[in-house]
Amino acid sequence: MSMLKLSWKYLLAKPWNTALNILLLALGLSIITVLILIQDQFENKMNRDAAGIDLVIGAKGSPLQLVLSSVYHIDFPTGNIPLDEAKAISRNRLIKNTIPLGLGDNYQGFRIVGTNHDYLDLYGVTFSDGEAWNTAFDVVLGSEVAEKSGFEVGDVFVGSHGIEAASHEHDEHPYKVVGVLAPSDNIVDQLILTSIESVWYAHDEEHDHDKMEKGIAKSGFPETEADEERELTTLLVQYRNPIAAVQLPRLVNSRSSLQAASPSFEISRLFELLGVGISLVQGLALIIVLIAGLGIFIALYNSLKERKYDLAVMRAIGASKEQLFILIILEGILLTFLGALAGLLIGHLFLYILVTMNEQGALSGLRADVFLNQEWWILAYALAVGILASLIPAWNAYRTDIANQLTK
Amino acid sequence: MIATKSIQFAYEGVPAFEIPDIEIKAGEALLVLGKSGSGKTTFLNILGGLLAPGKGEILIDGISLYSLKGQNLDKFRGKNIGIVFQKPHILGPLSVAENIALPHFFSKSSQADNVDHYLKELGILDKKNARINTLSEGEAQRVSIARALVNEPKIILADEPTASLDDENAKIVVDLLKTQAAKLKAALVIVTHDQRIKNEINQSITLKRKDL
Repeated sequence: MSMLKLSWKYLLAKPWNTALNILLLALGLSIITVLILIQDQFENKMNRDAAGIDLVIGAKGSPLQLVLSSVYHIDFPTGNIPLDEAKAISRNRLIKNTIPLGLGDNYQGFRIVGTNHDYLDLYGVTFSDGEAWNTAFDVVLGSEVAEKSGFEVGDVFVGSHGIEAASHEHDEHPYKVVGVLAPSDNIVDQLILTSIESVWYAHDEEHDHDKMEKGIAKSGFPETEADEERELTTLLVQYRNPIAAVQLPRLVNSRSSLQAASPSFEISRLFELLGVGISLVQGLALIIVLIAGLGIFIALYNSLKERKYDLAVMRAIGASKEQLFILIILEGILLTFLGALAGLLIGHLFLYILVTMNEQGALSGLRADVFLNQEWWILAYALAVGILASLIPAWNAYRTDIANQLTK
Repeated sequence: MIATKSIQFAYEGVPAFEIPDIEIKAGEALLVLGKSGSGKTTFLNILGGLLAPGKGEILIDGISLYSLKGQNLDKFRGKNIGIVFQKPHILGPLSVAENIALPHFFSKSSQADNVDHYLKELGILDKKNARINTLSEGEAQRVSIARALVNEPKIILADEPTASLDDENAKIVVDLLKTQAAKLKAALVIVTHDQRIKNEINQSITLKRKDL
């Protein structure tokens, strides 16, 4: 027998009460766990995906939508921009480099992104198999796309129009896999990358096979004939110097058909908007934890009334006041410790389910099997609640009047 | 083994009890008689180190009981005094064996594991792992006696141990207390107003309250 075992026996004597208290606490703590896990990883992921992109230039519309669609590939694009205008702006002396993107197709929900080899360099990708595209309709798969679709180098598939799954299919132009990327833990994992030319030709009504066999642009803009009117979806821009951050967005936005949006600014704005919701849920979780603490207090306090005899008997057979105090505190600690463990477990499990059900959404790429240092705080916080809730009952146990109690 | 010297005790607003000095040698037994309200249980609590007297001294094996304070008194009580209450007061969440082993744990007694021995002595070995709420009244009282004996105390105090038992069980309980106390060479004090016990033990004192 030990004090811990004795406390545990008393908790087991009321299994439903004990289970309810543990569950309530676990519920509150699991919400906090999920929030902490998502917040930490989401911000990290958002920052990683936007690294190296100072500005996004696209069609007019919501700047947040422009950033979400062209940097994070979650929302719909705002529209297309004429290639000429994009070329013109890219010659601005404030711009160091631009990467053109042509969006609009998908394969089973994975977005097909037309771009050039600079995009691969931007995210510093490595190939697990094959190499980058060299002709139209060659594609490189992100690691997750390859894993989910089962495609390997040499396989062919047909993309569908639109960025959501199950739209109209471009059956005449199959894509050919020429490379598969190694996991890089960022947005590239979930993309199908190809040349801008592939995206253009896939949408052309007439098929000019000579054009298709011509080379594609590995850097900069694709070459076009004088009478061709081509469009891009967005331009990812790197500034040449800090002054660009002040001047360039204003310059672009003053042009009628183009819009510039800064990923870092839009994302901090998004977090600000989400922050209200997060605080609300956090507040709710804290209240649940407080109620759980109160529940533990009431349970211990009530059980103490029934246990006055037991406590007096323990004193009569040699237990000291301090031991009774510890006995009750241990019950509080045991309850909250188990509650915290269950809470962390449920939190991680919940995130895992959330991520697996949301593979192509904003939460994709989040991991449920990481343990953050903040989670130790959850444990500490729970134990503090346990000690606090059991303090008054423990004090009552400490003061048990043995002689009086035993002769009642 | 146990001796008292001019103990005085009074509850507030009630005349003091008249408590005679007693001395019990190892292996002897004493019956404490008296009407209800005459302070029998109070006297037992004082002897057991559960209730400090207003004045006077209790010597157990030469040690003045109430010169010990706090934990020391608790551990001394656990090791040297076995108490059997009117009701068994067995701890519900624990099994029979765990209840009986509990004094070992609380008094940090280094005694060998003698739980089975006392279960056998009291004829409840088959109930070793039974749940408390399945025990009969007589069995429960025997468990509480085993718990009082397990630390092999020098003093055994019993407060109305037969009050809620039938004739047969009452006789068994008193016999058990007598034989076990004799085996341990412990001093046995039984507080009772039960007529059935009076013939079993020779020595007795009667307590009175001044106004009764």
